[in-house]
Amino acid sequence: MKAFTYERATTPAEAASAAAHANGTKFIAGGTNLLDLMKLQIETPTHLIDINDLGLDRIEPITGGGLRIGALVRNTDLAANEHVRRDYAVLSRALLAGASGQLRNQATTAGNLLQRTRCPYFYDTNQPCNKREPGSGCGALGGYSRHHAIVGVSDACIATHPSDMAVAMRILDATVETVQPNGLTRTIPIVELHRLPGNTPHIEHTLVPGELITAVTLPKPVGGTQIYRKVRDRASYAFALVSVAAIIQRDGTGRVALGGVAHKPWRVEAAERKMPRGAKAVTKELLSSARTTHDNAFKVQLVERTLASVLNEALNETKV
Amino acid sequence: MAEFNPSRRKFIQSTAVTSGAVIVGRLVPEADAKSVLQPSQLTKEPANVNVLLRVNGSEHQLMVDPRTTLLDALRERLHLTGTKKGCDQGQCGACTVIVDGRRIASCLTLAVMQEGHDIITIEGLGTPTNLHPMQAAFIKHDGYQCGFCTPGQICSAVAMLDEVKTGIPSHVTADLIQPPEMTTIEFRERMSGNICRCGAYSNIQEAIAEVAGGRT
Ligand SMILES: Cc1cc2nc3c(=O)[nH]c(=O)nc-3n(C[C@H](O)[C@H](O)[C@H](O)COP(=O)(O)OP(=O)(O)OC[C@H]3O[C@@H](n4cnc5c(N)ncnc54)[C@H](O)[C@@H]3O)c2cc1C
Ligand code: SF4
Ligand code: FES
Ligand code: FES
Repeated sequence: MKAFTYERATTPAEAASAAAHANGTKFIAGGTNLLDLMKLQIETPTHLIDINDLGLDRIEPITGGGLRIGALVRNTDLAANEHVRRDYAVLSRALLAGASGQLRNQATTAGNLLQRTRCPYFYDTNQPCNKREPGSGCGALGGYSRHHAIVGVSDACIATHPSDMAVAMRILDATVETVQPNGLTRTIPIVELHRLPGNTPHIEHTLVPGELITAVTLPKPVGGTQIYRKVRDRASYAFALVSVAAIIQRDGTGRVALGGVAHKPWRVEAAERKMPRGAKAVTKELLSSARTTHDNAFKVQLVERTLASVLNEALNETKV
Repeated sequence: MAEFNPSRRKFIQSTAVTSGAVIVGRLVPEADAKSVLQPSQLTKEPANVNVLLRVNGSEHQLMVDPRTTLLDALRERLHLTGTKKGCDQGQCGACTVIVDGRRIASCLTLAVMQEGHDIITIEGLGTPTNLHPMQAAFIKHDGYQCGFCTPGQICSAVAMLDEVKTGIPSHVTADLIQPPEMTTIEFRERMSGNICRCGAYSNIQEAIAEVAGGRT
């Protein structure tokens, strides 16, 4: 780990303005992703701002419907929150499908959204990786790419975003609230937070340097049967090969978002209009731009089958 | 961009506002504190910092490099070597300790981040003559072979049962609205963050089931 100075901020505005004034500054929340990457010197901040004392650890109902989730709310507490369990079950389910009991106790809402890819070439500093070292090439293209993305990819990078929670946030149309170093606040629809890799895979989101996430808000509950199905190499404690988040209404309409297939949670609203026609039609539209490798071509069929199984489960639940 | 030119006064103010909270990383060496903080000073002089850790009920004042993980502070500085370093990456659970009643991976948090928190390690759960029920159950059921993962397994299991009791659901909880049940299926899922290279899983599960069931 490279040496750094450390401070604890006490207000969001103070944290954001402190971050803007020193180069190489990073916020640290749970630390479960950042410290891992710092040990490998993939992240090399020279100043860490601890944001655990900002008082952003509350979940509050919004008047008129909806929920405001503080950026520092732990994944465990979010999954266990009574409003979330009742009205946003897909979010509880996605959180509980991720990481381990220990890590969910540490991981925060904002940290989870901003966690970096688990691409093994990104992690191996002996390998080329455009995300870690722009211009060095992509080890995964032409390498071992079983876990990599199949949609929204570029010639520079085929990494996936590893978060389960973010997929649920996307299907729920969450909004990210921030404070910028100049003190101004803004809201960012979740769809605009993460970027596709393009020619700049090292730029992963649309926050400006020093911009602090203060909360994530959820709109009014939409009801329906809410399912998060994660397919992985182990039954627990593994990242997704493919995951499907779905909210299905009694009349067969609904929403779908995918994890494990792209550089961001993957949702195509046009595909959702095909829901009443079944998994094959929806998958065809969702993955119409798919560009697979020899190793990850199986994900196309895996998405369709997982979605079919999810739709089936929803159908059975509404029958009861 | 606004100019960064906070005075010493501002620094003190922000310290005072925290009332009891701490600015652990001193931005400039004590002697220079009167002078104006320059951005370069923020980053150029990483120095050791003071941290007060409360472990197993006793307080320890330590000077640490800010890079020190909680795991390394416990093992290398406080010589509490019960807590083990397996992967140092959050993947194995050998470093599990209980902070404010919650199990965490001590390899993925900094010692300086844990000031003001209550840390319990395997040494604080019980002693050889006064074992915690979970420790006793692991011995009775042979819940280990080499023993390397065991302190992490035991700390994890103790806090895990509390999670079930307080109603925190898991991936295998069928109904999110009902309280989770004390079943082996639940325990197995919830313990998946603790890897045992020796494969003592079935005996670990028997030990946990016994403690959960209140039998001795
Ligand atoms: C072994 C292992 C298995 C895992 N398995 C899964 C899994 O199956 N599914 C899954 O989804 N995740 C998984 N994870 C990842 C885990 O969910 C993330 O590490 C965690 O959510 C990150 O949150 P944090 O609070 O610890 O973030 P940190 O590590 O503290 O921060 C991550 C990044 O976010 C930035 N940041 C944090 N908070 C803010 C803020 N408020 N504003 C602006 N920037 C901020 C930090 O500067 C940093 O760049 C796993 C992790 C490990 C180690
Ligand atoms: S896929 Fe992206 S993260 Fe992985 S090696 Fe290629 S450029 Fe790096
Ligand atoms: S040493 Fe911390 S999880 Fe392996
Ligand atoms: S007893 Fe050897 S690793 Fe678990």
